[in-house]
Amino acid sequence: MWLINSSIGRKVVMSVTGIALVLFLTFHASMNVVALISAEGYNMICEFLGANWYAVVATLGLAALVALHFIFAIWLTLQNRKARGNNRYAVTDKPALVEWSSQNMLVLGIIVILGMGLHLYNFWYNMMYAELVHDPEMIAMATNGVYHIAKTFSCPVYTVIYMVWLAALWFHLNHGIWSSMQTLGWSGHIWFNRWKMIGTIYTTVIILMFAAVALAFAFGYVPCDMQAPACGGCLLG
Amino acid sequence: MANISFTIKYWKQNGPKDKGHFDTHEMKNIPDDTSFLEMLDILNEELISAGKEPFVFDHDCREGICGMCSLYINGTPHGKTERGATTCQLYMRKFKNGDTITVEPWRSAGFPVIKDCMVDRTAFDKIMQAGGYTTVRTGQPQDANAILIPKADADEAMDCASCIGCGACVAACKNGSAMLFVSSKVSQLALLPQGKVEAARRAKNMIAKMDELGFGNCTNTRACEAVCPKCETISNIARLNREFIKAKLAD
Repeated sequence: MWLINSSIGRKVVMSVTGIALVLFLTFHASMNVVALISAEGYNMICEFLGANWYAVVATLGLAALVALHFIFAIWLTLQNRKARGNNRYAVTDKPALVEWSSQNMLVLGIIVILGMGLHLYNFWYNMMYAELVHDPEMIAMATNGVYHIAKTFSCPVYTVIYMVWLAALWFHLNHGIWSSMQTLGWSGHIWFNRWKMIGTIYTTVIILMFAAVALAFAFGYVPCDMQAPACGGCLLG
Repeated sequence: MANISFTIKYWKQNGPKDKGHFDTHEMKNIPDDTSFLEMLDILNEELISAGKEPFVFDHDCREGICGMCSLYINGTPHGKTERGATTCQLYMRKFKNGDTITVEPWRSAGFPVIKDCMVDRTAFDKIMQAGGYTTVRTGQPQDANAILIPKADADEAMDCASCIGCGACVAACKNGSAMLFVSSKVSQLALLPQGKVEAARRAKNMIAKMDELGFGNCTNTRACEAVCPKCETISNIARLNREFIKAKLAD
């Protein structure tokens, strides 16, 4: 199987799983922004996804994508370290052209995975998992997504950790998007610059969408239609 | 023109299994229009007259076209030359009085050290033997215009063909990947009608050989194109990926 046996094939697996995960992030970020506009709308999405069969199947698919992306990353890195040989250079000088993130994708990826662990604990565990196991105490709040957002970001430590996580994700995607297209061969003298620019803009927009929701709730923003004691924090009037 | 004095720190290693170490030597009053390789010749003269073993390094044409010189100087393959030049076209005017200049071999599992800074780059020849050619019978010479090739393609193919196979790309790559070399060699033929006939077989065989010889997987860091003395670009790597994926999907 060339996807496993050849160096380009293994890179194609990284590329395709990476692109799929970027599409998931796009969906996730669009969904999150709803929480800024309407608490009711956001909770409707939470209910719509919940522990319905299609959401569970999609979650399993996502888990498989993450696992593949992660396992291939470790595998490629181990092979690459071996290819480098045992003797390291005494002096190295990084050319200006080389992005820092391109040489640290594994480290950035590990930060992303650790952040994801925390994120699953903050949200997924209280929402989909609670519904799956029918936990009587947690089920009442399982589809109240806005409640979980507000609760998580009321803690400044979580907010800071999430920001570091998003920063790592920005660097990871900023290299990852053009790199995935390069691996698939959809690049050249002209498309290289296009993909690089598209990647940077796309990444920045997605990360800003995530960060906006987290920061808004961290600074006490409450969606207009939320049952809250004070609606004074509503930015949208 | 001025003379400079500096310390040279050079790698000594007796064969691929030896651990290797650095030796240092003080170089005095070297004219700054001396080339780097001439400076190493002076070093060896001094070492020999002091009864020491000379420093071994690869070199041949000394005019930037053979691809033999292969020194990793102060953290850069071929040193900080003018853009598009090899070690032989690096001059001492690029250094300052009192500098310490560190000279290392290409360090990669694919290029075992023969002695000091001379490495075995037979692996590149093996990759070429796996498919870096055409087996087309040329027969009688044809009219020059019988096969029309757009100027842009011909130029691009020529640029790819200018790769001298020095191995700086492998030396610079944190993954020890040979993709820039292989992609240039695949591209120089894939761009031309004569090479298209065997494009699929070529891409598959050369990549299989490259993997077998223990070169790493490309992660698109671009370190290779930054140091390439012939200014090959990673557009070639994208073309190779395209050729390879197309070939595999067609199977």
